[in-house]
Amino acid sequence: MTALLVVLATPLIAALVLALLRHAGLAGWLNVAADAVSFAAAVALAWQVGQHGDIAGLGLRVDAFNVYLVVLTTFVGLTTAIFSRPYMRHVCASGRIQPWQLRLYHGMYQVFMFTMLLALTTDNLGVLWIAVEGATLATVLLVSLYRTPEAVEAAWKYFILCGVGIALALFGTVLTYFAAQHVLADPVAGLTWSALFEVADRLQPEVMALAFVFLLVGYGTKVGLVPMHQWLPDAHSEGPTPVSAVLSGLLLNVALYAVVRLKMLVDGSLAGTATPHLAGVLLMGFGLVSFLVAGLFLHRQRDIKRLFSYSSIEHMGLMTFAFGLGGPLATFGALLHMLVHSLTKSAIFVTVGHATHIAGTQSIDHIRGLIRTQPAVGWSLLIGVAAIAGFPPFGVFTSEFLLLTATIQSQPWLALTLLSGLAIAFAGLFRHLHPMVYGAAPAGQRPVPANLVPVYIHLGLVLWLGLAIPGPLARWLDEATHLITGSRLL
Amino acid sequence: MTLAELPPLEQWMLLVAAFVLFTSFVLLAQARLVSAIHAFAWQGALIATLTLIVAQAEQSSHLWFSALLTLALKALLIPWMLHRLVRRLQIARDSEALRWPTLAIMAAVALVIFSYWLVLPMVAQELTFTRNIVAISLAVVLIGLLMMVVRQQAVAQVLGFMSIENGLFLAAVSTTGGMPLFVELGVAFDVLVAMVLFGVFFFQIRESIDSLDVDRLNRLTETQPEGQTETRTGETP
Repeated sequence: MTALLVVLATPLIAALVLALLRHAGLAGWLNVAADAVSFAAAVALAWQVGQHGDIAGLGLRVDAFNVYLVVLTTFVGLTTAIFSRPYMRHVCASGRIQPWQLRLYHGMYQVFMFTMLLALTTDNLGVLWIAVEGATLATVLLVSLYRTPEAVEAAWKYFILCGVGIALALFGTVLTYFAAQHVLADPVAGLTWSALFEVADRLQPEVMALAFVFLLVGYGTKVGLVPMHQWLPDAHSEGPTPVSAVLSGLLLNVALYAVVRLKMLVDGSLAGTATPHLAGVLLMGFGLVSFLVAGLFLHRQRDIKRLFSYSSIEHMGLMTFAFGLGGPLATFGALLHMLVHSLTKSAIFVTVGHATHIAGTQSIDHIRGLIRTQPAVGWSLLIGVAAIAGFPPFGVFTSEFLLLTATIQSQPWLALTLLSGLAIAFAGLFRHLHPMVYGAAPAGQRPVPANLVPVYIHLGLVLWLGLAIPGPLARWLDEATHLITGSRLL
Repeated sequence: MTLAELPPLEQWMLLVAAFVLFTSFVLLAQARLVSAIHAFAWQGALIATLTLIVAQAEQSSHLWFSALLTLALKALLIPWMLHRLVRRLQIARDSEALRWPTLAIMAAVALVIFSYWLVLPMVAQELTFTRNIVAISLAVVLIGLLMMVVRQQAVAQVLGFMSIENGLFLAAVSTTGGMPLFVELGVAFDVLVAMVLFGVFFFQIRESIDSLDVDRLNRLTETQPEGQTETRTGETP
């Protein structure tokens, strides 16, 4: 319990301190330190859950499923903070943002971490909603940090679309609460996920089906599912690079986590009706459409950060599809994919941040000869994209292979669609990547001071996960699979 | 069971809820910004009244508090903030004509019918009352969405957003007797922060496009024309 409270309290305290701290150099280090503390506490928390089972209390609840995401969130938060310290100072020194905006950035970064961790650990559907909405509010000013017309437009779109989406999720939450009132005596328990899960089979199925549609559209907006994805490429391309990294690596995962939790409730409620797999089918449909549409859109991109945000939509679509497919194999694959995608994608965004500094533009047509100019950045980008496209030695290959196997088992025809989607996405990424990393560098292009340690760590981990998944991690994921589907894989 | 056979209390609630729906229509079609803000304030006051009726009936102290919170936030504070922003942005006298007012109203009517159709499966047992009120709140939510689609003025869009929140609150209070207090407080806090941020954005948008017509926020598209890519350096310092 102590570890859990440290995980949650650290970012909150750090946010307050950072909002007031005027010393820019110290603020960057404090940001890193706070994330390091929460990461250490998250690891301790994971160890406790592994040893003694679930931890619950104070309206919070940690089990195998969410502790895994807590560790991932704090880890990516930490490495991104390490990257962002020199990066944001560089941005501030170049005069693009004022010192008070840097303070805003650091404060909001920690508020964002807090809302993510609260959304993951809370046991209350109402608090989950408040935290996810809070994450939008914390990041919206970060997206418009540079105050260019494009950045303001992106932030407004992000605000309005996610605000409306999440409002629909609140309607779904109210409907769930309404259904619970007929079953549970204690009104406060009506929003408690664990209490609802126990009585899921007695919740009125008609109401729950309607509620799930609203919840899926609401939280699905934040996952970036097509057709509610419009905000995502804009927000990712116009915000500062560390913000793109945490949005893609963390926010999307947390929203998907919310959808999966709610699917577990609805599955329980609909089990005895004529449409027991309604939630799963909806997830599969939305997931597959997002996967294919985003794959096609990759081909049309001219902006490097938009390119990789479409790749995020594509991967979120794949995970949504897998969770919809259900069954232990697909769920295990989807959980592993969440992990490797977050690690790879945040590494790519960090590298892209350096690449845009080298080329002085985000336009793909004008980024050329990265390997010639600065081999470390060029190779990191090449290897990162190879990993995200699903090349064999990396973890993404393993998880996508598992997902394909699961699809062939239950829906063989859809496997063809998946395979062609993967091929389309692969082509879309590499046709843009090839000229960017190889070839001659434009005259006058110089290396920039780069901080690639987070990239090496992330890509190293993804490689390790592709070669051999460590036993404890496999058992851990299996425990989460057991929690979600009710049966084990290993 | 017909509506006339419902207990008087529920009839009162339905009446107030119907007025809430009416204010949604007013909001949708009201061209003058200041009048639209007033309509929004009335909607908030009506929802506070409805909460008060439920609180009186159930003798629940938590709902008394919740009614007070709604009145303070939705009927007074947020309309006041919007009023002040509109004056400071000097757009108080602006009016924005809907492009197809009749069509917008017809669409809103269709949304009300759609909401009733959507809640039909809940017809079971004694749910006549609940069904009506869920349908009305759903309609308020959907009309709010429609408003955000058809209005181009940023302030009008925010009014649409806030009236969606009103619809949600209506659903929560009338069908379930209100969410737990800490959830309600958290939601109210989020709404308030959102309002403050909207205020910040009005100024940022005006600074960047010299207008609050959000239809003119159209720089970000999938394929930028050739000329534009040259000047666009994105976030590069």
